[in-house]
Amino acid sequence: MKLTRLRTTVVLTAAVSLGLAGCAQSDRESTSSGTTGSGSSGTAAAEGGSDTFTFGAAGAPEVFDPYYASDGETFRITRQIFQGLLGIKPGTADAQPELAESWEPSDDGLTWTFKLRQGVKFTDGEAFNAAAVCYNFERMFEQNEVAQAGPAEYWAYTMLGFKGGETESLYKSCEAKDDATAVITLNRYTSDFPVMLTLESFSMQSPKALKDGDANNVQKEGEGFKYPAYASAPVGTGPYKLEKYDEANKTITLVRNDDFWGEKAKTANIVFKIIPDESTRRQELEAGSINAYDLPNPADWKGLEDAGNQVLVRPAFNILYMGLNPEKNAKLQDVRVRKALYMALNRDQLVATQLPEGAKVATQFMPDTVAGYNTGLEATKYDVEGAKALLKEAGAEGMTLQFAYPSEVSRPYMPDPQKIWDALSADLEAIGVKVEAVTKPWNGGYLDGVDNGLFDAWLLGWTGDYNSANNFIGTFFGADSNDFHTWSTDFGKTLSKELDETNGIVDEGERTTAYEALNQKIMEDYLPGLPISHSPPALVVGKGVEGLTASPLTAEMFDTVTVSKS
Amino acid sequence: MLRFIVRRLLQMVGVLFVLSLLLFIWLRMLPGGTVSAILGDRATPESRERLTKALGLDEPLYVQYWRYLKRALTGNFGASTGVVPGRDAFQIFIDRFPATIELSFFAILIAILLGIPLGYLAARRRASLFDNASVIVSLIGVAVPVFFLAFLLKYFFAVKLGWLPVSGRQSNIDATRVTNFFVLDGLMTREWDAAWDAFKHLILPAITLSTIPFAVIFRITRASVLEVLDEDFVRTAESKGLTNRIIRGRHVLRNALLPVITTVGLQVGGLLAGAILTESVFSFPGIGEALASAFSHRDYAVLQVLIMASAATFVIVNLIVDVLYAVVDPRVRTR
Repeated sequence: MKLTRLRTTVVLTAAVSLGLAGCAQSDRESTSSGTTGSGSSGTAAAEGGSDTFTFGAAGAPEVFDPYYASDGETFRITRQIFQGLLGIKPGTADAQPELAESWEPSDDGLTWTFKLRQGVKFTDGEAFNAAAVCYNFERMFEQNEVAQAGPAEYWAYTMLGFKGGETESLYKSCEAKDDATAVITLNRYTSDFPVMLTLESFSMQSPKALKDGDANNVQKEGEGFKYPAYASAPVGTGPYKLEKYDEANKTITLVRNDDFWGEKAKTANIVFKIIPDESTRRQELEAGSINAYDLPNPADWKGLEDAGNQVLVRPAFNILYMGLNPEKNAKLQDVRVRKALYMALNRDQLVATQLPEGAKVATQFMPDTVAGYNTGLEATKYDVEGAKALLKEAGAEGMTLQFAYPSEVSRPYMPDPQKIWDALSADLEAIGVKVEAVTKPWNGGYLDGVDNGLFDAWLLGWTGDYNSANNFIGTFFGADSNDFHTWSTDFGKTLSKELDETNGIVDEGERTTAYEALNQKIMEDYLPGLPISHSPPALVVGKGVEGLTASPLTAEMFDTVTVSKS
Repeated sequence: MLRFIVRRLLQMVGVLFVLSLLLFIWLRMLPGGTVSAILGDRATPESRERLTKALGLDEPLYVQYWRYLKRALTGNFGASTGVVPGRDAFQIFIDRFPATIELSFFAILIAILLGIPLGYLAARRRASLFDNASVIVSLIGVAVPVFFLAFLLKYFFAVKLGWLPVSGRQSNIDATRVTNFFVLDGLMTREWDAAWDAFKHLILPAITLSTIPFAVIFRITRASVLEVLDEDFVRTAESKGLTNRIIRGRHVLRNALLPVITTVGLQVGGLLAGAILTESVFSFPGIGEALASAFSHRDYAVLQVLIMASAATFVIVNLIVDVLYAVVDPRVRTR
């Protein structure tokens, strides 16, 4: 009896297994020509290297249409697929010709003539020309209400308005003079143009694919957005094209664009493996299953290098600051109090002990690679006695300061917020300031708290979008409403006006001098917040990886990368 | 039996409705929110206001809930804003569910295959070295934090020895997807390498996830067997001269298994809580990892779908356990 039952079980199991095996069709036979192995005859593979470069990404991409994206993880991928009129010179934050070979402004800076590269094709075979450029700009300008409110974030931020919108856009029109000449006209001059065109969001996309994929049809779906078919099937002119996004396995595969107009990519495939946990990314690198990952913890840099990996340090293109809200804490209305707090901060020690190697003490609200940086400004000296005296003079001895820092986050300019806060608050307490600690999760009330003016002082920072002074100080203090609450001070309106005027100077040399003077004024007269430091973020590549140049804008290109077989 | 099942299913609908309301309110009471998570540190008061309005988050909560309920009843749970932006939230559940089921299945299989025999043997050899050692191992299973165990396992078996992959669900190989149960898909399509690769990716996370259920099942089995061994009917069976094999198999183990089945049921329901951490540290794209990501992105649509679906799964698993209980123990059926 028992034997019979056992036998029945075994037979049933075997029958089910046999029935399962082969009961579905494998796709391999039918699609093998288009899969990741297809590029194995590539340059690197032919020379004995690996045909795949695998990158450990920290998060999933938003959408593959860069126009609707705003995060680094998406741009890292789309940058390999798309190109803009202007590109970024490797290793710097400077603009260089990409799909436009040159550009020339009119005397008033309102009309820009772009001479386009000829013989370029999108990966769907469509020609890149002036008509394509104008189609792209008109497409970006004409967005529905839903897209205007959220997804078209970078256009809203840089061009300010959309077609038919309440706010006038900087963009006016685009005209295709001939195949090789596109003329873009602005409503107002801004120093951000044309350098803003280095942003991934302004990449050139195939007009045919945009039309066929109904690219502008972003819809609201519940409390999120639903993107059209195009957003998952992007078509650009870059060295790679999207092969597949395997959402169930969290990998994105790109294959080489064999018809690329420039030098072909050295490695046939790029795989982005999404690994949110930083220590797991490190273990994957150590196991050799990924070739590189971004933002290694600065505490791991040495260990990673000792293990034979290369830590590629990016030039710092960011700023960490301590924000102050004079509206919330009336004592901060007095510039002497703000200066006293600044003098109390031992930033040399902070940079030496809490920030990664290569970090610098900030002397103003922008890094030294930006035109308009004032080289004559010196860092405010650490002076405890001077700070105490100034605080006394202002009648703010023993003042209370509610000072906030975020938890559950690490930013390139602020690798460990709590340690930085610990050091700075100890400095403030040393001059008699009573520091009240406030901490909230980054997305769990911290950013909201800063925006809603809930804290007296807080830690935050900024990584530049492109190389422009206005992208730093214009963003911080330019608008009528800003995090620093400058509108509540006696200098706020003047500063905002000065920023607008400087941003409107067409002559580059004159504008740079004006920004230098304004930086001095901000630091010596206004001091709306306290710039702390610039930290160089890094990325790490494993053994056998060559040809990767670190970018201050995290705009690394992977077409030059080779991976030797280990 | 049928009436019992129907009644329980109706109760489930009520539970899910109340849960959806509580969840909806709770998520919106949390500090921060979707708007902050989408805009990040580039947010300006204007962009924040524009987006809040566009997403309808400025309207009264009851209006938002009513709209959500109407949509949900038509099967539209909204689009993700953080986990896979733009993707239908329910589709994310469908994509991720097989991963968690596959992982949980292997984890509970390990726990049962090790926990029941070891628990039985430990009870039979009470106070022996084997018994004491097993109890200590099970205690360690409960006490060691999941992330630490995961780190150690990954370090030795993946990084140092290179036997198993560090994280993920499958290598980037050309694999056909049929059911999204990767091992099963590999077997069904005869892509043996894909099945083997997916299986290798399951080993370390399944071991990690199985530690707590193993410890609990082991201890319950041990205690239950000890209790049954002292029962009169065992003594009667022995005095009747039945063989040890029959006494153990038919009388002791069968009776001792009743509380173990209940425990297994509860552990299956509780596996999801363990899966959140395990999947996160192994970057294993299942429900748990999506939940953690959705929470940090304040992805309301995905959080709502995943929590509701998990609750429904929990209730259904409990129902199955109750039915199984009735099948195993005839006394329950007659009650």
